[in-house]
Amino acid sequence: MIIAEQKKLSEITALLGDASKVLVIGCGTCVTVCFAGGSREAAILAASLRMSTQLAGNGKQVADVTVQRQCEWEYLDQIAEQVKEADILLSLGCGIGVQAIAEHFPDKWVVPGLNTSFLGLPVEQGIWSERCAACGDCILGLTGGICPIARCSKSLLNGPCGGSEAGHCEVSKDIPCAWQLIYDRLSSLGKVEMLYELQPPKNWQKARDGGPRKITREDLLLGEKED
Amino acid sequence: MSDSSSANHPPLSILAYCCEHCAYAAADLAGSLRMQYPPNIRIVRLPCTGKIDVLIILQALEDGADGVMVAGCLPGDCHFLEGNVNAKRRVKHIRNLLGEIGLEPERVRMYQLSSAMAGEFVRISEEMTREIEKLGPNPLKKNQR
Amino acid sequence: MSTGNNGYLVGSNLEKILRAGMFAVTAELGPPQSADPEVIRQKARLLKGNCDAVNITDNQTAIVRMSSIGSGAIVVQEGLEPVIQMTCRDRNRLAIQSDLLAAYALGMRNLLCLTGDHQTFGNHPTAKNVFDIDSIQLIQMVVNLRDQRVFQCGDPLKGPEPRFFVGAAASPFADPVAYRPYRLAKKVKAGANFIQTQLIYDVEAFERFMTRVRELGIHEQAYILAGVGPLKSPAMARYMKESVPGILVPDAIIERMEKAGEPWAGKKKEELTKEDRKARAAAWQEEGIKICIELIQQIRQIKGVAGVHIMAIEWEEAVKPIVEGAGLYPRPIIRTNEAEPLAAA
Repeated sequence: MIIAEQKKLSEITALLGDASKVLVIGCGTCVTVCFAGGSREAAILAASLRMSTQLAGNGKQVADVTVQRQCEWEYLDQIAEQVKEADILLSLGCGIGVQAIAEHFPDKWVVPGLNTSFLGLPVEQGIWSERCAACGDCILGLTGGICPIARCSKSLLNGPCGGSEAGHCEVSKDIPCAWQLIYDRLSSLGKVEMLYELQPPKNWQKARDGGPRKITREDLLLGEKED
Repeated sequence: MSDSSSANHPPLSILAYCCEHCAYAAADLAGSLRMQYPPNIRIVRLPCTGKIDVLIILQALEDGADGVMVAGCLPGDCHFLEGNVNAKRRVKHIRNLLGEIGLEPERVRMYQLSSAMAGEFVRISEEMTREIEKLGPNPLKKNQR
Repeated sequence: MSTGNNGYLVGSNLEKILRAGMFAVTAELGPPQSADPEVIRQKARLLKGNCDAVNITDNQTAIVRMSSIGSGAIVVQEGLEPVIQMTCRDRNRLAIQSDLLAAYALGMRNLLCLTGDHQTFGNHPTAKNVFDIDSIQLIQMVVNLRDQRVFQCGDPLKGPEPRFFVGAAASPFADPVAYRPYRLAKKVKAGANFIQTQLIYDVEAFERFMTRVRELGIHEQAYILAGVGPLKSPAMARYMKESVPGILVPDAIIERMEKAGEPWAGKKKEELTKEDRKARAAAWQEEGIKICIELIQQIRQIKGVAGVHIMAIEWEEAVKPIVEGAGLYPRPIIRTNEAEPLAAA
């Protein structure tokens, strides 16, 4: 899922500028699971903003509401009334949610309350780790289910490099060496010979490098289309 | 014991979230033993301090409480095993958040004691009251009716 | 593959020495963090005649320095043969191929293909990551430019191809250790002609690595040069041992370095005068060079080792005493009847 972290209160306050009626919008999907922007976080942030702006002498009215997912228009339709009342919208969704709100309510100024970081999972409660780089051309079938694009600091396809030591990456002891993991996994499954194959250079055009991506599924489009 | 209503502000109110297994029992015992503790302390009984979360405490302060104390079991004694450990971590987090908001972190504090420690309950109530007296009334109260 | 020039792939001095079965010596030249060409010229003069070719590092440890190819052009002017280093950290496949075309046009003939240290190590940690390709794909790309005369995309070149004697790095003691000989085999399969290893201080461990290498027959498909380097101080030895992945330093060597500083060991740090420090540094350096010479002599005995790569980091002056002390001076000069070979006919 998408992992994000809340911005510092001071940065959020600066983004609000002079607006006096703020609507904090939480999201009930990914950012709830990573405790960054769910309904509870939205309520806490709203209270924090009311308190801090009051103490600073320019008290703002801050309300909060949370939708199931900010990235689907139908869910955003449900909060149209609250949005109308506000001067500024503070989205606690991931970058997608912030943009969806901006697109759906184009006459309102929208600011982000989170820094969206990566696609990953909770390794244990409170610790999230990156797993996928959304490269558009999945090669997990070659590496025993461990992604070298996302988890190797250099995205090597024929790793490891010479910086792998005691199972961790040269960049940090907190980063496991993806290629050590791949080597161990393939070895334990009796498939280490797969590593002797030379992997050719990656087609980065399928990744973000080729430009912003779009997928259209003809079979799912609604309404009559002329052939 | 001190009565803080003498200064030119209304009496300071300190919410005490007490777990029923230890802190609340200690407070109860103090009462039975006719031990006096400051009237500023308003006790709220919880099944466990693990029930504490950031929002409860923020709301208390936003609504005008001058101080919040969280009183739970001694390390290793929590009836629900880790409730007091989680509460301690959250109180630390809340204090950091208060710093960012602009309110004194010292207004929120965690204490740990056992059900037999009536004297300790009196001591922490007095200590908390003194600390809040020093800080003065919650500045957010100014704009309230 | 061209056989128009004596059967040489490229005809660089390094290739000729190795082909002739002579023990090769390469050294290292670190470019400056400035635009001063004089630094390159002075270092080249220290190294000329003391090695068969000199590696020029490429933004080593992700610190911006004069480029390897630019410095290489100056080194060529000085009459010394460069080994250009190319990492995958800073350039995508377009820039790499483009730079290599120019490097060849400017007279460079040897190329070491590297992954490159991550940019977090250097002075521009906020830079964008490139790593479009990895070192093994780079080897393949450069070999195809030379032998198939095509760009990475498959388009044919529209003129003479860049012909490089292609090298790769090996780190025998990095993890996972058991896999390293196979990764080396992969690099040779991709077409690497020569290998330069990470610094070796533990000869026994290197012997075990070379046994595996020989079992895989790698030593017959590529020339392996063992990395050696003079220690400057016991602190440097300890740093290498503890903080640099893939470098093993036996305690005996650290002890020797410490022993060299013994005459000053009685004095406390504050008591050491400027002359004391200078003399102690000189004693350490002398021992460091001595150890390096001994290592070369031991490593030379190992079957499959075709030469040494001397990394005297920011201490190019040490190369001459090491080469002389190891009995490797003067460097052979191979003369052929052919003029300097360029493109295949």
